[in-house]
Amino acid sequence: MAKTIRINKNALKFRDEVLKIPGGENLLKCYACGTCTAGCPVREVEERYNPRRIIHMVLLGMKHEVLRSDFLWLCSSCHTCSERCPQGVHLSQIMRVLKNIAVREGIVHPSFALQAKTIREHGKLYEIEDFDNKKRARMGLPELEKKCPDLEILFSKGALKNIK
Amino acid sequence: MNRYALFLGCTIPVRGQNYELSTRKVAEALGMELLHIPNFSCCGYPMSSLDQETAELLAARNLALAEKEGADICTICTACTGVLTETAKELEHNEEKRGKINVHLKDIGLEYKGGVKVKHFARILYEDVGLEKISSKITRRLDGLRIAPHYGCHFLKPSEIYEGFDSPENPHTLDDLIAVTGATSVNYMNKMRCCGGAVLAVDENLALKITREKLDQIKGLSVDAICLICPFCSVMYESNQKKIETTFETKYEIPVLYLPQILGLAMGMDPKDLGFNMNRVRPKTVLEKLGAGV
Repeated sequence: MAKTIRINKNALKFRDEVLKIPGGENLLKCYACGTCTAGCPVREVEERYNPRRIIHMVLLGMKHEVLRSDFLWLCSSCHTCSERCPQGVHLSQIMRVLKNIAVREGIVHPSFALQAKTIREHGKLYEIEDFDNKKRARMGLPELEKKCPDLEILFSKGALKNIK
Repeated sequence: MNRYALFLGCTIPVRGQNYELSTRKVAEALGMELLHIPNFSCCGYPMSSLDQETAELLAARNLALAEKEGADICTICTACTGVLTETAKELEHNEEKRGKINVHLKDIGLEYKGGVKVKHFARILYEDVGLEKISSKITRRLDGLRIAPHYGCHFLKPSEIYEGFDSPENPHTLDDLIAVTGATSVNYMNKMRCCGGAVLAVDENLALKITREKLDQIKGLSVDAICLICPFCSVMYESNQKKIETTFETKYEIPVLYLPQILGLAMGMDPKDLGFNMNRVRPKTVLEKLGAGV
């Protein structure tokens, strides 16, 4: 059975954390109309993902439940919710903020960790191999660089430095 | 017209060469120079889910490379369009952030002063080249073809970064670019629905369910092809079409073409030169109707 939710100072910390990060500043404008949920393409086919519920959980300070959930990674970032929100809450940005907070707490969805690793190593999501450049040349397309050492330098100092 | 560097991103160079090929051919025919910058990296978009600053830094590096060449950026992936536009706009007015980013760019010998414009090829065609000029190049009209446009989310959204060049809910740019060829742009119920691509790596079945919704809608409308302007939308509607058919026990066989393939065809180009042989769902009816086999 669900536990009673008690809002204490600690709970409000999570809300304040979201408010302080660019993209999360409009959280408190939400009046729970559910327009975001009604137009969400993920919600339409997936019960686990419910935008209005996610916002409410953040407002109630349910940090652990939000950051440890699997729904956190299901936003398709189509921005339909943000476009239609009558209050300008910008939920797609809030979802990004929540995922960024999760990462700072060491929670990274494995598929995104793999993407970070590949981009850091190869500069792109898909490695360019000799085979690709040869195929490109046959089609009259220009050659692309296979590696991008700049990204190793940029990643090594940022928040994702430990993902490799 | 501005001088543009063609930004390919991750998917196009290895999985969407037909898109790149047809873009280059159509640009050339319209007198548009596309500069090649071989060390452009990922745009940064996939990293925004993990760390926005890393995403912006990658985007800024790409912007700085274009700036060094005195070029604006022409994108052909909508996700690249989104993050590059958003970052370019942010760094144009936010000096503090630009300063912070430049501290990191200095480590790789770059600096971004701000001012590079980012535009999707379809937007350039519509706004800078114009329908009139495109129309004057049409030699093989596509009369009788029925084409369903799929805009892709980041071409128009978030709308605040796109200067209101088209409506995010009821757009016309892509419809007009299809109609200029003589083909009919077919309207359908969930025209603005996301392809689901962004969640493919997280939950494949969920992503395919989203993709399927649109294919289901289009199926009954006797369309000859879907028209796209994003390589990841193509991964969903074309590369995964067979998988969706198998998973959900249905049948579509709906060809999926990139906008410049359609335009190039109407400009009288050889389908082979536009990469038609690389389309996985064979656009047989399209070519048969026009009497232009591959």
